[in-house]
Amino acid sequence: MKPFSYERARTPAEAAAAVERRPGAKFIAGGTNLLDLMKLGIEAPPHLVDVNGIGLDRIEPTPEGGLRIGALVRNTDLAADARVRRDHAVLSRALLAGASGQLRNRATTAGNLLQRTRCPYFYDPAQACNKRQPGSGCSAIGGVSRQLAVIGGSTACIATHPSDMAVALRVLDAQVETVQPDGRTRVIPIADFHRLPGNTPQAETALEPGELITAVTLPAPLGGRHVYRKVRDRASYAFALVSVAAVVMPDGRGRVALGGVAHKPWRVEAADAALPQGAKAVMATLLAGASPTPENAFKLPLAERTLAAALQG
Amino acid sequence: MDPFESARVTFDVNGQSCTFEALDTRTTLLDALREHLHLTGTKKGCDHGQCGACTVIVDGRRLNACLTLAVMHEGAKVTTIEGLGTPERLHPMQAAFVQHDGYQCGYCTPGQICSAVAVLDEIRAGIPSHVTADLTAQPLFSVDELRERMSGNLCRCGAYSNIAEAVVAAREQLEPGTTT
Repeated sequence: MKPFSYERARTPAEAAAAVERRPGAKFIAGGTNLLDLMKLGIEAPPHLVDVNGIGLDRIEPTPEGGLRIGALVRNTDLAADARVRRDHAVLSRALLAGASGQLRNRATTAGNLLQRTRCPYFYDPAQACNKRQPGSGCSAIGGVSRQLAVIGGSTACIATHPSDMAVALRVLDAQVETVQPDGRTRVIPIADFHRLPGNTPQAETALEPGELITAVTLPAPLGGRHVYRKVRDRASYAFALVSVAAVVMPDGRGRVALGGVAHKPWRVEAADAALPQGAKAVMATLLAGASPTPENAFKLPLAERTLAAALQG
Repeated sequence: MDPFESARVTFDVNGQSCTFEALDTRTTLLDALREHLHLTGTKKGCDHGQCGACTVIVDGRRLNACLTLAVMHEGAKVTTIEGLGTPERLHPMQAAFVQHDGYQCGYCTPGQICSAVAVLDEIRAGIPSHVTADLTAQPLFSVDELRERMSGNLCRCGAYSNIAEAVVAAREQLEPGTTT
């Protein structure tokens, strides 16, 4: 690991200013992804700003009837919150489908959103990767791509976003609240938070340098049946090949998002309208224009079957 | 070393206060325990959070000691395998692993035991898991729950069935009167 200096921030504004002050500096919260990447030399921040002492660790009701989830709320605590389990169960289910008990105890709400891809070429410094080293090329295209994206990719990158939590947040239409180094705050809809790779796969989110996530808000409960169904190579502790987050109303209407298929949680609002017609009708719109590799073309029928299974309950 | 690349940190390990005056900021909690405090019960397996051999309990919660920096734990209370019990006075979970042969080579065992102790606490605290059928109900202990909750602790010898038996037996000791 490359040497780095370290400081503990006391407030969100202080943390944002501290990161902006030092080029290349990063926030550290749970650290479960960042330290892994630092050990491999994929991340090498010269300075870390520890945000574990800045608060933002509560889940509070909003005036609109939803919940404001502090950025530092641990995945375990978010999944176990009685209000989330009762009113936003797809979020609890998604969190519990990800990682291990040890990792969920450390991983935070904001950090989960900011996870880097697990594309094996991103993780291997001997390989070309436009995300790790812009302009170096993409060894994944034409390489081992079984786990990688089937839609929304580019000629520069076919990585997937690894988060389960983010797929549930996308189906719930969550919003991401941030603070800038100059103290300004803004709200980013989850749909606009993660980017598609295009020609700049290294730019993964809408965040600007030094911008700190302070909270994620959920709208008022949607009602309906909440489902998170994840298909993976082993029964536990593995990333998704495909996952489906769905909220389905008694009359069959609802909304759907997919994980494991794209550079961001994949939802197309127009596809939601087809939900009463079943999984095949949804996928005709949701996965229209997909361009899988020969190794991951199986994800298209798998996504349809996973949604069909989820709709059956 | 650049003085800005080291930091002072104090935390409690197994009831003893430990202060590091100028710790290299890169030192993980795992390396602080093993290399600085010579508490070698906690094991380094993959060093990337994939195997669970480094599992310790910090402020009542299990975590991967390899994926957290020691300097991030100012004021924390750390419990390692050495703090759960001693060879003369084994923790019931340690005794059950011996009784039920919950290991072969033993390398993953300290992590398995720390994790298992925390799993029982997590179920008692009402934290659900991926296999909990009713999210709104208090989760109940079962072997399915145990297997899901222990999935972050790999055992390359494949002693899983004996590990599960050991945890079931330890729970009967630790939580008498409860049913599986």
